[in-house]
This record gives sequence, structure tokens and C-alpha cells, in this order.
Amino acid sequence: MLKKHPLLVLALVAGYAFLYAPIISLVVYSFNDSRLVTVWGGFSTRWYGELMNNEPLLEAAWMSIKIAGLNASLAVVLGTLAALALVRLRKQRGHQSLGVMVTAPLVMPEIMIGLSLLLLFVAMEDVFGWPQGRGMLTILLAHVTFSMAYVTVIVQSRLAHMDRSLEEAALDLGARPMTVFFTITLPLIAPALGAGWLLAFTLSMDDLVIASFVSGPGSTTLPMVVYSSVRLGVSPQINALATIIIAVVALAVLITGVSLYRKEMRQA
Amino acid sequence: MKELQTRLMPHQRRLLMAVPWLWLAVFFMLPFLFVVKISLSEPMLAQPPYADLIRSVEDGLVTIQINLGNYALLWEDPLYREALWGSVKVALVSTVLCLLIGYPMAYGIARAPSHWRLPLLMLIILPFWTSFLIRVYAWIGILKNNGLLNQFLLWLGVIDQPLAILHTSTAVYIGVVYSYLPFLVLPLYATLIRLDNTLLEAAADLGARPWRQFVSITLPQSLPGVLAGSMLVFIPVMGEFVIPDLLGGPDTLMIGKLMWTEFFANKDWPVASSLASVLLLVLVVPFVLMRHYEQRLAEEQG
Repeated sequence: MLKKHPLLVLALVAGYAFLYAPIISLVVYSFNDSRLVTVWGGFSTRWYGELMNNEPLLEAAWMSIKIAGLNASLAVVLGTLAALALVRLRKQRGHQSLGVMVTAPLVMPEIMIGLSLLLLFVAMEDVFGWPQGRGMLTILLAHVTFSMAYVTVIVQSRLAHMDRSLEEAALDLGARPMTVFFTITLPLIAPALGAGWLLAFTLSMDDLVIASFVSGPGSTTLPMVVYSSVRLGVSPQINALATIIIAVVALAVLITGVSLYRKEMRQA
Repeated sequence: MKELQTRLMPHQRRLLMAVPWLWLAVFFMLPFLFVVKISLSEPMLAQPPYADLIRSVEDGLVTIQINLGNYALLWEDPLYREALWGSVKVALVSTVLCLLIGYPMAYGIARAPSHWRLPLLMLIILPFWTSFLIRVYAWIGILKNNGLLNQFLLWLGVIDQPLAILHTSTAVYIGVVYSYLPFLVLPLYATLIRLDNTLLEAAADLGARPWRQFVSITLPQSLPGVLAGSMLVFIPVMGEFVIPDLLGGPDTLMIGKLMWTEFFANKDWPVASSLASVLLLVLVVPFVLMRHYEQRLAEEQG
């Protein structure tokens, strides 16, 4: 059908060029020998070497990975509970307000989440003495709050489109709801949980604004280091870092894409 | 056939609802009360840098002191109004630009042969998974005076002097449209792929031209998706900080950047909080619109 619409094809080609040109330029210039990022000085991998010796950056990357992993796991648990409540408990009190509270973090500007949570943490410390100061824990709490909303959306759509007959059969045969959840529902929604975990991990790894508000001394995350270096202008080391991130993501997406594609083709 | 609703014990149902509900109430809703509270307090050289609203005076009396000075400042100083207006303008124009680029893309993907759709969608999502900060950074290298775009245009001979794009509003628009385009393409695609084809076939049988079919059938049918998707761009862009900070210049005043400056550079938490309160109030209307159209979409899907 697309063949009849040369304009649509043009729109697609131009659109994808716009999306990918910056990414390609990042990758190409990460192998540039010259310090001036946009002047080609010959092929080199020296920036990767320098990146590997950049202690503060590596430390921040490790901090970010720890927070992102914990965040993703917590967000999957909370997000799944929220999705179950939204899809299965439509008549329960609080259903409507939970729906609003899950949608709002998806669009709320990060700067609002960051500022408001910092003020909450300051007030909580004042009253309860907890959380003591700000650091990894406060970043984690903040990240779980907004990434669980994304997990909820993913799991919710999976639950809504899921075949319920197996669950109902088990329930009719007298299985308890808990048993049904762990032996039937959970395996069926597992792909959504996996996707949700990965998305929550990525969102946490990528967050600059919220972390800047709620972090404390000794809890500098990777985006904070990248930001302070990028503010001073282009830096080939950041290009190298970008290339590594892009390679990892592209590989993961490629693997998921191919397996999804095969599954779809088998079903077709 | 019984619903889970009736299978679970009442206390189990309450617990399932309560855990996510309480988390979001405490860590998402409650904080905004503190924003409003701090916005009514006086700035102070202290740690944290504001005076408490509730003060106990020596003889055991408790007084509550509300200070509207921060809001008066927002009203009187044109800087804040310009920043708010700047944010509205950038968010509005970028949403329209995203629609102009994103609609044909979503339509193209929905019309593509079915085995092409998944890879095409994957390609839309892929940039979204790589770091947002780094993708914005990539535009610095492209847009700066001796950057790739200027080198290319000079080489083509279109210009003989490099264009100053970086640190202008143009760069902010490019960055915003680039970063938020996938947020619009995905929901638009989801709407377009579900459209009822029988109407289109009927129109074609009756001799309507493709353009006419699109304007009188596809476009109106996809309107809820267009509006819901537009809000997904408009609302977060209103508070955007990274893009105006890295790509913008002195002519791009935006409320998110101003909040950051007030908070981190000026250490004026009360003014930053009052800016946040104003922004929150402004965002309520588009948020309600978004919920409305999303629910309509959900109902249409059954």
C-alpha cells in the first residue's frame, strides 16, 4: 500500500534520517583522533582508553548501575501491584485516584518531581529523622516513584489483553487466588515484567534532573558527571561513552526485536 | 465465571489497592503540598534556606506566618512572566512541529506492509532507550559554529558564513522536536492502526480521492489520539530544563531553567517553589484534557 504514496515514503525516510543523524555523528566522532570533536583527525580509539581511566566517571557509572538495578526491581513489584489493582479491581475504592496518580508521573516535568521530593525529604528528616541526609536512598525512592508509573502502563496493557480462561479454570477448580497469580498470571505477564524492568532500569540510568535535586555528597550519578562535562562543551570521551551505551541498547533491542519478529511470523 | 474482584477477600483487595496507592500518595502527591507550603515562606540564610511557617514564640504561643511576597515578585518582575510565556510558546510550537513530522511518519508505518511495521516501530523506540542527555549533547556538535551542519552547508556553497544556530531558540526547537518526536509517533501509530477500514473502502468505492478520504475519514477518527499524544509532548516540554540549558541561549527564557537557577544558583527555595506552584496550576488543564481523550480511546477499544 505504501508504494502508492511516495510522499509517505519521503516522510518516513526524512523522519528516520532526523532521528538517526545525531546518533550516527556521535558514534563516528568517537573514533576521531582530534580533540576538536567536529574536525576529523584520523581514526583512533584513544578516547575509549581515556574513558576507562576516568575514575570519577566510572565511579558514578557504578553508582548509577546500582541505583538503576534496585530501582527496576522495586518498580516492577509496585508497578505490577498498581496494574493489577487498576485492571482487576475496578469497583474498589481508590481505583479512580490511583489511575490519576499513575498517569501524572508520566508527563510531570522532571524538575517538578525533583524539587517537590527534595522538599518532602527535608521535611521528613526534620520530623522523623529519616531519611538521614540525601544520597543513594533518596535517589532510589525518587526513581521508583516515577518509573513504577511506566511499569504500570506496560503491565496494565498486557493484563488487559490477556486470555483469562486459564485463570478462571483454575479458580473454578478451587485454586486460591494467590496460587493462581503465581502459577498462571505471573508466567503469562512475564514478558511485560521483563520489558518494564528494562525500561525502569534505563529511565533511572538516564535521569539527570531528579537526581540532581535529591542527591547528596558522595552520591554522584553518571548523568550528573556527563552533564558537568558537557556543559563545558563537546568532549570526545562523552562520544565514546555514548557509543558504548548505543551499542548495548542496539544489541538488546535487536535481540528482542528478532525474537518478537520470529514469534509473530510463527503465529502468522 | 467469577471475577478476581469477588474471589479475593476484602482485606486482600484493600491491601492490593493500598500498597501502590500509598506509595504514590506519599512520594508523588504529598510533596506538592510542601511545594505550596515553602512557596509561602520567607527566604532565609539558613539550612534549609527558608523560614518555617509555623513558629513557636517564647511564651508558648504558636504563630503561622504566611508570606505572599514570592508570588508578588513573580507578578511584578517581568522576567518570570516572560519565562512562563516562553515555555508556553516553545511547548505549543514544538507540539505542532512534532505533529507535522510525526503524523505522516505514524501514518506511513501504519500503511506499510505488515512485516515492515515491527522493525519500523523498533527504530522509533530505539533512540528513546539511549540516553536523552547524550542525544541532546549530540546536537551541540551538529549545530555549533564549526559544527557538522555549518560545515556541510559551507561545503554545499549554500552559505559563505557559518550560521549561528547553537544557543538560540532555533536550536531549542530542534532539540525539543527531536527528543519528543517518539512520544507522539507511538500513540498516533496505535490510533491509526486500529482505524476502521470499512469506511475508507466505502469512500473509495464511492469515488472519493485519497486526499479527500484522509481529510474526511482518517483525520477526524484519529483526533482523540492526536490530542492525547499532543499532551504527552506539551506537558513535559513546559518544564523542560536540559534542552534550553544545553542548546538555548539568552533569548530562550523557560520556566524550568529559571526554576533550576533560582534553586541551585540563587538558593532561593521559596521563589523556586512558587514558580513550581504556578507551573503545576498551568499544567492541570492540559492534564485533564489528556486523561479525557485517553479514556475515550480506551472506551473505543472496548
